[in-house]
Amino acid sequence: MGLVARHLEENGIPTVVVAAARDIVESCGVARLQFTDFPLGNPCGEPGDVEQQRQIITMALDLFETATEPRTTAESPFKWSKGDAWKAKVFTQEQPWQTPEIKNAWLENKELYRKLKAEKAIKEVE
Amino acid sequence: MSYVRYIDRTKAYYQAEGYDKPYQWAKNEHVPFAPLNKPLADSRLALVSTSEIASRRWEDQRLPLERGEAANVYGVAVDTPLKDLYSRTDSYDMNATTLDDVNSYFPVTRLQELVEAGRIGSLAPTAYGVYNAYSQSKTIGNDAPEVLQGCRDEDVDIALLVPV
Repeated sequence: MGLVARHLEENGIPTVVVAAARDIVESCGVARLQFTDFPLGNPCGEPGDVEQQRQIITMALDLFETATEPRTTAESPFKWSKGDAWKAKVFTQEQPWQTPEIKNAWLENKELYRKLKAEKAIKEVE
Repeated sequence: MSYVRYIDRTKAYYQAEGYDKPYQWAKNEHVPFAPLNKPLADSRLALVSTSEIASRRWEDQRLPLERGEAANVYGVAVDTPLKDLYSRTDSYDMNATTLDDVNSYFPVTRLQELVEAGRIGSLAPTAYGVYNAYSQSKTIGNDAPEVLQGCRDEDVDIALLVPV
């Protein structure tokens, strides 16, 4: 997604990325990032918390006006309501990222992608 | 507790799973920056999402890949009733949370409220979904230009991008 943001910026459209995976977005390098330290899935606020969502999106919009240079990261002040225990577990052997069914579906789609690419239905620009 | 370093964490995770070649996350030194060129209150905003946002109103609910198509960028009408929107993605922390609340990853209602409040001028009629592409060169060469074209077609001034 950072790559899409960069392309829009290069073509004159200012962007804000709203994300929970801070290191991935910052490695890619974007103009403006609104970071919220939540599990992957809810970068715009906790499910059901309308007021928090409103505040996060408002802060993200503020960045259009306040950022003066690229790599501007703003951090939302919110803590995940159920604590930080998820951080130690995500992507560990004790808690697999995907169920076997989901992993297989992903691998099947990847194979489909390779097949379409081989048939030139997908063109890649190097 | 500090934030999770996903690049290091996933590298170790997939190594332990038996993959010897770690995924190369994009890494750039130079970062482009476009300044805001009109007041936010007059700007039209496009919403872009990798959540595999989908509408129950679509006749075909399958992903393009599942239909044997290469399409990777698609439009979602922002006036789709919220109850008809849902995410098809499995790429989120399902041990910690859910995608039951669309606005927690596709903030269309929150943005509509901010248009009502006058904070932004308008929402572009089309939001964009970008599927995870298995390929950074495809994202750069195909997907990003498609999103840009869609933005230009609808006179978009600014964009909010939400990776799930």
